[in-house]
Amino acid sequence: MPLLAIMALAAGTYAFRLAGPLLRQRVRMPEGAQRLFAMAAAVLLIALAATSALTQGHGFAGWARPAGVGVAGLLAARRAPFPVVVIAAAATTAMLRLCGVP
Amino acid sequence: MNMRLFWRTTVPPGVGRAALRDIALVCLADAIVGISFGATAVSGGLRPWVPVAMSLLVFAGGAQFAAVGVVIAGGSPVAAVAAGLILNTRMLPYGFAVADVTEGRWWTRLAGAHVTVDESVAFALRQDDPSRRRGVFWACGLALFAVWNVAVVAGVAAGAAIRNTGAFGLDATFPAVLLALALPSLADRGTRRAAAAGAAAAVAMTPFVPAGLPVLASLGGLAFAGPRGRTFAGPRGRWRIWPRLAGPVTPTAPSGTTARSGTTARSGTTAPSGTTEDRAGSVAEGREH
Repeated sequence: MPLLAIMALAAGTYAFRLAGPLLRQRVRMPEGAQRLFAMAAAVLLIALAATSALTQGHGFAGWARPAGVGVAGLLAARRAPFPVVVIAAAATTAMLRLCGVP
Repeated sequence: MNMRLFWRTTVPPGVGRAALRDIALVCLADAIVGISFGATAVSGGLRPWVPVAMSLLVFAGGAQFAAVGVVIAGGSPVAAVAAGLILNTRMLPYGFAVADVTEGRWWTRLAGAHVTVDESVAFALRQDDPSRRRGVFWACGLALFAVWNVAVVAGVAAGAAIRNTGAFGLDATFPAVLLALALPSLADRGTRRAAAAGAAAAVAMTPFVPAGLPVLASLGGLAFAGPRGRTFAGPRGRWRIWPRLAGPVTPTAPSGTTARSGTTARSGTTAPSGTTEDRAGSVAEGREH
């Protein structure tokens, strides 16, 4: 990944972050746009979670990883603490791989 | 080290001890994610300085993982930057939501903008008192910046040392974190529909299109969100990022039923006899981890 790409991502991200504090006096975010942004972020997060859980390159990632993510999802839905969720995901996947599940 | 004494002596003014404990938990979780990010990046073939530079300059876990994931999967840097930037558009409303917290000198604004992340915003929005908002925002933002960057360096070192990071299941931590982050917002039915459609489309097209594109294409799922749902105004008319878990608490509803229907997504810790204020508060608290 070239430095230029990192700089572009960093600059764009920083611009998003700074726009609110700088423009708040003059611009009001319309409620519809706010809702759309929140929804778009959730859609991207879930899509990224799904693709990174299920796929590796252009193929299936194997069962161990989605199983770990599934356990983490259940724990998160039951409001388990964040570290527990993360460690459970890694532990489940590691255990399954130890048992020979790809 | 005596942690209790540590908290008591170092609690910044305006930050409750309970909030500090939550911030410490989030830092711990992000440290694990940071380690896994550094290890994933170098074991995927990236040079060690790449994840370190990204963590310092971009400082947004989801976007960093997305960009690195796209590059490791064989996607172009342009697709990587696009995925990261779209994921970070949420910083735009975040900035508006916490603009009052970083008011003051120009350099507190510049620094405050850089530590505007999901966690610091979530903590700030949980507080109604202005000085508390400021306290938790800065405590969370600065602590996370330090912890995140140290963890990524540690992860880079670990990834370089451990050949087979897959054996430790580190690759499962990233989707797990994303899922945990997005879960509260899925309580909104429209968001849930949009996310389900988007994720299904993204997974289905992954075998056939260039890496990075499926995640961007998932935004098409927004078309399935259906009619506009309710928007919420928090205290002082402030907009809240994540939709509330359930409908408004009606004071006239018989005791118990409101709490039950309002907290179906949670483990049901709300006392049935609690006052309306209590219930509203606990529902609001349930939004964040």
